[in-house]
Amino acid sequence: MPTALAVERVVKIYPEGTRALDDVSFTVAAGETVALVGESGSGKTTLLRLFNRRLEPTSGRVVVAGEDVAGVDPIALRRRLGYVPQDGGLLPHWTVGKNVETVPRLLGWEAQRRLDRVRELLDLVGLPGATFAGRYPNELSGGQRQRVAFARALAADPPILLLDEPFGALDALTRRELHLQFAEWTAALGKAAVLVTHDLAEAFRLAARTGVLRGGRLLQIGPAEELERRPADPYVEALLDLALSRRSANA
Amino acid sequence: MRRSAHVLLLGLLIAAPLSARAGIVVGSKNFEESRLLGEVFAQLIEARTGLPVERRLGLAGTQICFEALRTGAIDVYPEYTGTGLVSILGEKSTGGRAAALARVRAEFLHRFDLRWLAPLGFENSFEIAVPKELAEKEKLRTLSDLARIAPRLKVGFGQEFVGRVDGLPGLEKTYGLHFGSVRSLEHAIKYGAAGAREIDALDVYTTDARLIEHRLVVLEDDRDFFPPYEAAALVRGETLRKHPEVGSALGLLAGAFDEERMRALNFRLEHGEREEVVARDVLASLGLVASRTGAKPEQTAKGKAPERAGFFAYLVQERQALLRRTLEHLGLSGLALLLGVLVAVPFGLLLERRRRFAEPAIRLLGITQTVPSLALLAFMLPLLGIGARPAIVALWIYSLFPIVRNTYSGVRDADPRAVEAALALGMTEWQVLRQVRLPLALPIVLAGIRTAAVLTVGTATLAAFVGAGGLGEPIVTGLQLADNRRILSGALPAALLAIAVDALLGALERALRPRGL
Repeated sequence: MPTALAVERVVKIYPEGTRALDDVSFTVAAGETVALVGESGSGKTTLLRLFNRRLEPTSGRVVVAGEDVAGVDPIALRRRLGYVPQDGGLLPHWTVGKNVETVPRLLGWEAQRRLDRVRELLDLVGLPGATFAGRYPNELSGGQRQRVAFARALAADPPILLLDEPFGALDALTRRELHLQFAEWTAALGKAAVLVTHDLAEAFRLAARTGVLRGGRLLQIGPAEELERRPADPYVEALLDLALSRRSANA
Repeated sequence: MRRSAHVLLLGLLIAAPLSARAGIVVGSKNFEESRLLGEVFAQLIEARTGLPVERRLGLAGTQICFEALRTGAIDVYPEYTGTGLVSILGEKSTGGRAAALARVRAEFLHRFDLRWLAPLGFENSFEIAVPKELAEKEKLRTLSDLARIAPRLKVGFGQEFVGRVDGLPGLEKTYGLHFGSVRSLEHAIKYGAAGAREIDALDVYTTDARLIEHRLVVLEDDRDFFPPYEAAALVRGETLRKHPEVGSALGLLAGAFDEERMRALNFRLEHGEREEVVARDVLASLGLVASRTGAKPEQTAKGKAPERAGFFAYLVQERQALLRRTLEHLGLSGLALLLGVLVAVPFGLLLERRRRFAEPAIRLLGITQTVPSLALLAFMLPLLGIGARPAIVALWIYSLFPIVRNTYSGVRDADPRAVEAALALGMTEWQVLRQVRLPLALPIVLAGIRTAAVLTVGTATLAAFVGAGGLGEPIVTGLQLADNRRILSGALPAALLAIAVDALLGALERALRPRGL
């Protein structure tokens, strides 16, 4: 399988001296979803922001679709990557339709093509365009806003999605519902995705492989069973225990 | 690119009135006698030379008049020899009238290339007056008598008198006077205050018509402290060389007045007659211009002082002048605000890009809000002269702070999640500014502009101090004449204007507020 994303021996040290990422390497295959799990400050969001050059690594290589991003125009790069932040990040002064067509507009698509695309995507995420395209974000529920954010991320049909805790701010029921839909969309559309989350259960449910970050180090990365069977670090073990106990408590 | 265009525009607007100046500009100070003499000069020059005349009457005090003349913002204004000698040259008064005149003539010519024309024939000295009852009770006849009881007295003097060397400071020194308390009051308010015995002594002018009305007694200057104050036209040498006919025209006024006539004229002004009318009467009675009506000159138009009509009748009577003043007022504040928006919005955006400098820059701008308007005008006088230019620049300076502050903080605080999403989706910084930050900041920027607009409209009354007109004009004149109707006729429309502008911009703010916010 071709590689969609890769980081090679990446180190990120912030100007004030914080070592946010310490020698991290991993790859994401085309069509694969990889989750990055860790508490806040673990470096997971920093890692995500390296792919679209919202941050530059101090050393190491970041590769997107076979190209070292250091040589790619960041604006063009970002337009090729779908992005969903935690709270949707919709532009509050734009309608749902206008939000969804953001990247196609930046890419200079014609109006009719944009319109068709918006309708298609809103149908996909379960918000019929006739009803929702003209609404403003503050007229939607949290779950609806997040659906719009997914539609916006998919608008220009990017092969890769960067997801920064996209389900983090939702209530449990809505989250569960969106989890199911997300799995459908990525499977149907064949997208590669990096999913940043602090919820190991969510990671196991949605991702083929999960990486655990702590203090800037990637402790372990692999499929759920592998982490459960052979945790490489006491922290991974503790995290698993916590997730399992919560799972049994919920049951 | 755009910013330099703004600077260029600003430069053009400020420079334009400079080159536009044609003909003769007549100035005056801001009390009725000075305004009348200025008007007399203006009408005489118009009638005798055919040169176009621009009037800058009512400039705030000696300092502003003199600087305006020296820098060429005006060509001529009425001045008094004693003021020239003591206030402007900073010398002591020695000798009589002729000596004072000779001295100022020589010095002004030599130092400033300014000419004192032949005196108009009357003196208008500073004098100290006390209410009649007080004079009788304390047996006051001279200033030395006053010195004796001064520590027990509350006095009120005009602002200029308190500061002038030939005013209070010199008076205290010469007579060893020390008043119990000294209050600085607007000229015309002093009379009422003395009448109500709020103050025990005040400064007055020789030609003042109000002395009798308010039962005041003038004390004799027994140590000859006050210099002679002969009124004369003070003219720029350059103007006389270019237009000698101006000199010959104004020369016709030599000795044309005496104290009694001046007092009678001041009486008419104090009772609400317009200086244009009184000036025309004077010139007609002197035979210097043709009397248009053919009626007996001193009795044309309104021979006797008009009745003090009610406020609303007054507004109706003055409606055309008030409309003109209102338009001037709106023009001044509107132009200042426009320039303020053109400069302050880009500057606020620039600060958002250079946040390190933002707080210090905004704090520095905040200081402008605390500078009193008269002080600001005085600073700008040597650079910008008088008239609309310094008024607009002063208002412009006042308008900057609220707009810069709101633009900066509005754009800085624009929903950070929306901004981050826009960047992550591949908008350029410029696109983020145009499509995200500015629209999100718009309500706050507009609120800043609205604050600035109300501030500008409210402060535009300061324009009257430098002869730029506006609704401050009736306020300033009304203060001198202690005419509440006149003050209100400026203050009320100014306040209504501020309220209307606030409401209008409030509606605009709501209309322009992006949906979804």
